[in-house]
Amino acid sequence: MTAVAPDPILEGIDLVKRFGGGGLLASPTIVHAVDSVSLSIRRGETFAIVGESGCGKSTLGRLLLRLIEPTAGDIRYEGRSILSLDPKEMRQLRRELQIIFQDPFASLNPRMTVGDIIGEPIWLHGLAKGSERRERIAELLRTVGLLPAHVDRYPHEFSGGQRQRIGVARALAGEPKLIIGDEPVSALDVSIQAQIINLLEDLKERFGLTLVIIAHDLAVIRHMSDRVAVMYLGEIVEFSTTDELFDNPLHPYTQALLTAIPVPSPVNRSPKPLLQGDVPSPTAPPSGCRFHTRCPHARPICKEQHPSLETAGDGRKVACHFWREIQNAGASALSASPQSAALAKRMALYTSWRERQDQVTNPSRK
Amino acid sequence: MTLAITEDMALPKKRSRILTKFLKHRSALLGAGIVLFFVLIAIAAPLLAPFDPVKPSFSTIRKPPSALFWFGTDELGRDVFSRMLWGARASLSAGVISVSIAVFLGVPFGLVSGYFGGWIDAVISRSTEAMLAIPFLIFAIALAAFLGPSLSNAMIAIGLSAMPIFIRLTRGQVLSIKAEDYVEGARAIGLPDFWIIVRYILPNVVPPILVQATLTIASAIIAEASLSFLGLGQQPPNPSWGSMLNTAKNFMDQAPWMSFFPGIAIFLIVLGFNLLGDGLRDALDPREN
Repeated sequence: MTAVAPDPILEGIDLVKRFGGGGLLASPTIVHAVDSVSLSIRRGETFAIVGESGCGKSTLGRLLLRLIEPTAGDIRYEGRSILSLDPKEMRQLRRELQIIFQDPFASLNPRMTVGDIIGEPIWLHGLAKGSERRERIAELLRTVGLLPAHVDRYPHEFSGGQRQRIGVARALAGEPKLIIGDEPVSALDVSIQAQIINLLEDLKERFGLTLVIIAHDLAVIRHMSDRVAVMYLGEIVEFSTTDELFDNPLHPYTQALLTAIPVPSPVNRSPKPLLQGDVPSPTAPPSGCRFHTRCPHARPICKEQHPSLETAGDGRKVACHFWREIQNAGASALSASPQSAALAKRMALYTSWRERQDQVTNPSRK
Repeated sequence: MTLAITEDMALPKKRSRILTKFLKHRSALLGAGIVLFFVLIAIAAPLLAPFDPVKPSFSTIRKPPSALFWFGTDELGRDVFSRMLWGARASLSAGVISVSIAVFLGVPFGLVSGYFGGWIDAVISRSTEAMLAIPFLIFAIALAAFLGPSLSNAMIAIGLSAMPIFIRLTRGQVLSIKAEDYVEGARAIGLPDFWIIVRYILPNVVPPILVQATLTIASAIIAEASLSFLGLGQQPPNPSWGSMLNTAKNFMDQAPWMSFFPGIAIFLIVLGFNLLGDGLRDALDPREN
């Protein structure tokens, strides 16, 4: 974990996104996808947004890139609002803000060759022409662990992991400063997940990128990110550095999420207090604290009063009326168990093997 | 995984690959052959036709096929074979030109309507539905009557009547393609709407339009026949397969050859366009091999 100076690259201020409503013939139900979310992403960090399905994390990611327009609030990139930019300025700015999608089978145009897919941002932003562009495409393919000979192939000729690498190469082609990964590995199987995660980390290091990872998989978050925002029903309920979040989760929802991580240890078989029920519908979010319908610590006030995000020391923030009391109620027992010695040994072996492989396949990198 | 990708084979370029695939498609080649055959006949009609297609000859009325009159003669003694060669021009151009009108007007409307949505979509969609509420042939007849009787007006009428089918088909395709991640990805790199439509939307909506167009050419040829029958299409004495067929139906008992040969020709050209369309669709789809 690298120490990062608090230099915000991308900020969301009181972002609100509602879908539906409005219009004479439109559906009258309004989906509150994102509700007054403020966050600040620092240059060079890996920022994670976690939450269950349907909590608005993907919507938040798209709002931050202005792929959808917010209903209210502001987005600032390097200090200036990007909502006031006209379409042309916005398109130029998009070179610096990129996205990697969840489904590698839906995110590449089936009718474009790999070379066209990767070369498009280079062409669009006039970064290189002719043979120089071909060289750039070949270089990008090598960077993400594919072969330059793949330029004339079509996406359907590749596996899921390879397609995700093509998606990463395309995101890198415009030389971005920030990349949002919308569940970048959840559609891949576990062995491929590790490869893509390692690739993203390598690239972040190499190109000085800022990463925003949207995920529901806490293991991925723990491995990659510096800071985490936990979302529930369109709101951020907790902000924290990754280590502190895993060591000492403050919000009862975060605690429940961490409890849900399977522990790969036959000794630790005690039944766990898992969350009951589903996320309430975002068309009619509960009154007061949105989590009160499922919270094991809920009290009458939670139903009536909406808790604001309050500072909980050392840059942490939490939106819960009773986080101090809950914290003392033995929540720390929920934290994940430390790595066993045997696992650490195997991990070290794997890491050294991977480094050797990297040198064999990609000597230009070192 | 990086280790697994070691084969380094040079792949043929995009265009030659589509061509290779098309050339391997037997039924597509057959379709292309049939269409090409009729096109050549239409072009070479003046050279090939043994008799004048319009001049009546009262000594040779309704003669059955013979060595002299290969396909027999019609009710005015004209050679059916010669009339069919000349009629290929009217029928083919009626099919192709009217469908081209429908495609070139309908597809842009559909693209704009589906891609931009909002009030533009509302206006285009409601107008399309209003046009679709009128049966194709009735609409074509009304338009042709309004424009005045001639072959070119018939083509315009048929083209305009077929246009709503293409607007609706294109719009539906655009709506489904627009929701794909890769279109959002194109917006994320800052691609302007024009290029998104040209590079992402259009190539993915072409195949169903192509298939629809080949089917519509068939109905357009038949529609031209109906308009000619009503005196709104090809003007007598000039021949078209449709008008020949419509005249011939009065003589089914006495001179079946008058209807048989134009009927076979319409059947073959429709089959040819359909096979060609299927082949093109397969060749243009990079996923199929």
